[in-house]
Amino acid sequence: MRFGALAVAGVFVLTACGSSNSPATTTSQQPPTANMKPLTTIGPGEGQLNLVLWDGYADKSWVDPFTQQTGCKVTQHPAGSSDEMVSLMKDGGGGQWDMVSASGDADLRLIYGGDVRPMNVGLIPDWQNFGSFFKTPPYNTINGIHYGVSLQWGPNTLLYSTKKFPNKPTSWSVIYDPANKGLVTVPDNPIQIADAALYLSKTKPSLGIKDPYELTQTQFNAAVDLLKQQQPLIKHYWALATDEITLFQNGDVVVGAAWPYQTIQLKLAGAAVDETIPQEGATGWADTWMLATKAPHPNCAYLWDKWVSTPQVQAEQALSFGETPVNTKACAEMDSLGGGGSCAQYHADQTGASYFDTIKFWKTPLADCGNGQTNCVPYAQWVSAWTTIKG
Amino acid sequence: MAVETIERPRPKGGGAVPFSGVLWRFPWLRPLLLLTPPLLWFVVIYLASLVLLLITAFWTIDPFTTQIVQAWNLDNFRIIVTDSTYWSIIGRTTIIAALVTVTDAVLAFPFAYYMARVASRRVQTLLFAAVLLPLWASYLARVYAWILILNHSGLLNWSLQSVGLPAANIGYTNTAMWLVFSYIWLPFMIIPVYTALERVPESLLEAAADLGARRWRAIRDVVLPLVLPGVVAGSIFTFSLTLGDYITPILVGGASSNFIGNVVYANIGIANNIPFAAALTMVPVAIMAVYLTIAYRLGAFEAL
Repeated sequence: MRFGALAVAGVFVLTACGSSNSPATTTSQQPPTANMKPLTTIGPGEGQLNLVLWDGYADKSWVDPFTQQTGCKVTQHPAGSSDEMVSLMKDGGGGQWDMVSASGDADLRLIYGGDVRPMNVGLIPDWQNFGSFFKTPPYNTINGIHYGVSLQWGPNTLLYSTKKFPNKPTSWSVIYDPANKGLVTVPDNPIQIADAALYLSKTKPSLGIKDPYELTQTQFNAAVDLLKQQQPLIKHYWALATDEITLFQNGDVVVGAAWPYQTIQLKLAGAAVDETIPQEGATGWADTWMLATKAPHPNCAYLWDKWVSTPQVQAEQALSFGETPVNTKACAEMDSLGGGGSCAQYHADQTGASYFDTIKFWKTPLADCGNGQTNCVPYAQWVSAWTTIKG
Repeated sequence: MAVETIERPRPKGGGAVPFSGVLWRFPWLRPLLLLTPPLLWFVVIYLASLVLLLITAFWTIDPFTTQIVQAWNLDNFRIIVTDSTYWSIIGRTTIIAALVTVTDAVLAFPFAYYMARVASRRVQTLLFAAVLLPLWASYLARVYAWILILNHSGLLNWSLQSVGLPAANIGYTNTAMWLVFSYIWLPFMIIPVYTALERVPESLLEAAADLGARRWRAIRDVVLPLVLPGVVAGSIFTFSLTLGDYITPILVGGASSNFIGNVVYANIGIANNIPFAAALTMVPVAIMAVYLTIAYRLGAFEAL
């Protein structure tokens, strides 16, 4: 009994510590770190750099030369999901982590959580060579302040079997078509609701969807309904890229939403598949190196960001991971490293606004609609809706 | 007893009392010292975290920052009870866990019977190795092996087609989950059933035979009732392991194959909605509490 009382007392101590959370903040506001002054010059490295990143984002082949040149020893902590990244970076990285390679669906949470701080892009010479969209994308730049430097990106493409579809499908409608019942696969990710919203923005203009990540309740319900109708057509909601490759290889599915990585791997394995970005456009993901508010080694962090932005490293990472560099100068490097055509294969040669206009990059859905309204559906509801869609 | 206590040794020098002397003088101190570390561990780590989980279930999160807001409410439980999706997920999880348990019990009994009462010592060792060997391989490797068997152009369909039968469409369905779970948790049923069978005294079977019972009658009326606690003990493993799993549904499940664990994982890992995940976690905790009560009544804890 006495032990029980102790345990209860312990619980109350814990809850008391947690109660300092700020109350609900829903309207558009300045991120907490907006007024922090970034470095103006890069000083000598601190000899150490601690990174939270996607597995494979700091490969030996470009980390070793970096450590040799700068003396910054790199410690890596690969994260399994965007949310794990957000939890690791809580409290400005806790004075432990220097940088995080966050994806668009985590960026705004990190920025508004005060976990990352503004960066001085003037210290990253290659920033000038970035595609114009990636210099100031809305997921990492707010009111002209850069909360990180863009890294790599990829579109979510329509992958299809060329046996089943001799003619290239021109619309995402194929993944909503009952004719393909049991032959469709889409990612097991709530952000997939944005794909449905993007499709509806073109096929049902009366809904008035402008941004697939900023949906009013009516627009959101329409997208969820579409996905509920799609559910019986789905063979499997894929969680890992390799799962989707297996599905296509074994003929379990003939059409689905994918990344260029899967297409390239399947083609290498001799599968009769191809990819396309249909007329409605596509969603996409884009990663950003962000600097922790309490980064203990800021100089090494800037040196690292300078290094991974160079054409050579951009090309190496793009080819090793199967994604597209943001540095336009990396195109030639990709062709020489990965064989002719690598650059075009990953769409790295695309610089024009017309191409990027067709891609809606992932960002965290917030209650703030970005136009002064605050009646949009926030991410937590996307997750519970995704549960009801899968059933 | 009273006579022995007269010869109590005095502490030497009148200073520090030797520790063993203290223990001798206060006999209740010994069990207390022995039990405190495990009890503390149990209370602080296990019970406290459960209590904390229960408390969290009554909170909510700020939709913008996804930080926990400590406003007491029943919203999380209301959503679980009123939204039919959660009922179907809870139902699916429980039914498949029950099916897996029954399947494993039916498969394990004859196997364990042969191992315990028929096989020679040598064969018994071999069978034991065969039962335990899969546990040495990674869980993921075993699930992936089943994907290779069950998918569209996998071993199963290849075999069916080579004997002229139509292809079975089992890959990525709830049937696939049932098969994979039954396979993965089978050793956890065989071992307790085997232990229970081995404990049945040979003399009882001889007595049954003397009274004229044939082999099947003896198994039904003598062996089965004695082994039932072992089966129930095994079922605690197979049922709870299936109830809590979320990896097999991700890998071999179809379009509609979410388990409770998958929804909990999605709410913690993706949405950061820990209060809702905590509320949902209470469901399997409650199911297991009911199950364990029944198992206790059936005497399963004596067979563990």
